[in-house]
Amino acid sequence: MALIIEARGLTKRFGKTQALDGLDLTAESGQVVALLGPNGAGKTTFIRMVATLLRPDGGDLRVGGYDVRRQAPAVRRTIGLAGQFAAIEPAMTGRENLEMVARLFGQNRKNARSNASSVLEMLGLADAAGRLVRTYSGGMRRKLDLGASLVGAPKLLLLDEPTTGLDPRSRIELWDAIRTLVGQGTDVLLTTQYLDEADNLASHVVIIDHGRVVAAGTPAELKRRVGGKVIEVHVRTDDDVARVAQVLRRFDHGEVRIDQATRQVSVSVEGGGPVLMNALRAVEEAGLEVEDVALRQPKLDEVFLTLTGQPSADAALETTAS
Amino acid sequence: MAVATMPITKTTSIGVSTLQIARRAVLRYLRTPQLIVLGTIQGAMFLLIFRYVFGGAIAISGGIPYVDFLVPGFITTGVLFSGMGAATGAAEDLEQGFVDRLRSLPVPRVCFLTGRALADTAWNTWGLIVTAAIGFAVGFRLHDSVVNALAAFGLCVIFGFAFEWLFIMLGLLAGTPQAAQGMALLVFPFTFISSAYIPVSSMPGWLQAFASRQPITYMVDSVRALTQGQAAETLIGHSAGYLVVRALLWALGFVVVFGPLAALRYRRS
Repeated sequence: MALIIEARGLTKRFGKTQALDGLDLTAESGQVVALLGPNGAGKTTFIRMVATLLRPDGGDLRVGGYDVRRQAPAVRRTIGLAGQFAAIEPAMTGRENLEMVARLFGQNRKNARSNASSVLEMLGLADAAGRLVRTYSGGMRRKLDLGASLVGAPKLLLLDEPTTGLDPRSRIELWDAIRTLVGQGTDVLLTTQYLDEADNLASHVVIIDHGRVVAAGTPAELKRRVGGKVIEVHVRTDDDVARVAQVLRRFDHGEVRIDQATRQVSVSVEGGGPVLMNALRAVEEAGLEVEDVALRQPKLDEVFLTLTGQPSADAALETTAS
Repeated sequence: MAVATMPITKTTSIGVSTLQIARRAVLRYLRTPQLIVLGTIQGAMFLLIFRYVFGGAIAISGGIPYVDFLVPGFITTGVLFSGMGAATGAAEDLEQGFVDRLRSLPVPRVCFLTGRALADTAWNTWGLIVTAAIGFAVGFRLHDSVVNALAAFGLCVIFGFAFEWLFIMLGLLAGTPQAAQGMALLVFPFTFISSAYIPVSSMPGWLQAFASRQPITYMVDSVRALTQGQAAETLIGHSAGYLVVRALLWALGFVVVFGPLAALRYRRS
């Protein structure tokens, strides 16, 4: 398999912050790679390096086989970038935006027009193509931004937190659009702070923190390591917190977490529904009153805690701040 | 998707890239009607204030009516006012991610700057036409050939182009549109400490020393001499040719100094 991304010992420093600290990452063609990590982990720094927007201080980075330092134009023809901030022009129509990017990619007028049309069609924006982007909703803008990265028919699509700040419906629509692309054979590198997003889209997940790779593998492998799901129980009285914790300890895969302030107890469990039912039955048999119950994916903080035994950079920051 | 195959190491041509980037910036101006209306009203308002409020108190020796003295100064310094658009525009492009998008595309680096300069020059030229029209409406008249008047107009376009490099650099340096506007406003005092609105001879001696030698004065005076002929040349004390050469040298100086600085700033941003 050909390597689409090949990073060895990448370093980057901004003043006192070591954004990347010897990052190693290889991605094979035909994969969707999700870069998962908290704020400040180095995700955006890495993606900007792949996009040739930032030069590495040290280490090697090849994209599609081209060196980002010496063969930047070739890298730029290989990639399409869609950013955290939708870089599209509000004073132009959707079609005008895409045609401009296609022309900047070096396509002639005719090709630019037909490529813009097929991208608009694919993203379900054909009806809004003639409207100024100013009048688009947040989700439509994000889709158009994705479209702008597609008109050049890139080999590798770079998506920097593609769904941050989107409402749940737009989020799912964008996921669908990304899945369609993947189906057509485009390689994708995306960054995200959400475990479910990585789980939904990626075939390979790389977790990074402090500018280094903490863990990598398929979503299933990583989930096995953190223990599938989390049961969260919310009780009515302070006294019940300890008692619920006692009961839930039996189902525990890792460790029972108690938050006295919010009267919440959570445990990592393997499996889903059946475990939840058993746990609830046990709580009921103990005669405890429950306010709210949830079965959910582990949060990023919990993943970090499990994988590294340490809170993430983000969580650490929050602790020092409070 | 059928895409014409092209050599992977090739960048898109400078011409196409510049035009596409310029087109976008022009559309931004045109499709923000508030900007056009507000700009026109502001320009007209200040011209009327100078013409009718301050004008009566300012006497110009040599029998030139104040309106004929003022309008060349107003038109010339107008390029600095519209130049602020270049500063905020560049800062917005940086802040809103357009610069990032551009730099991830196989587009030659210089095209952001050439595209912006082209668009801002077009925007400036439109502003010049509007200001000149208002000038004529409030009583400004030519006292020299039409050819010279057109030459004066052409000079203003060139001055606008020259100042743009300063403004683009300020915009890239500022990073946010608000900061860019603030930095661009620092240029304004220089329009007042020049021959644009009042004769330099009315200033205190130490200020005259600066005002009579600074680029805006040469630019204003060259436009004045080309539109008002002999009377203006006598008032200024130099021939139109003398003034035009100096004004153009200053303009060239601005491009030579601020062009590379803007390019350097763009590379680093």
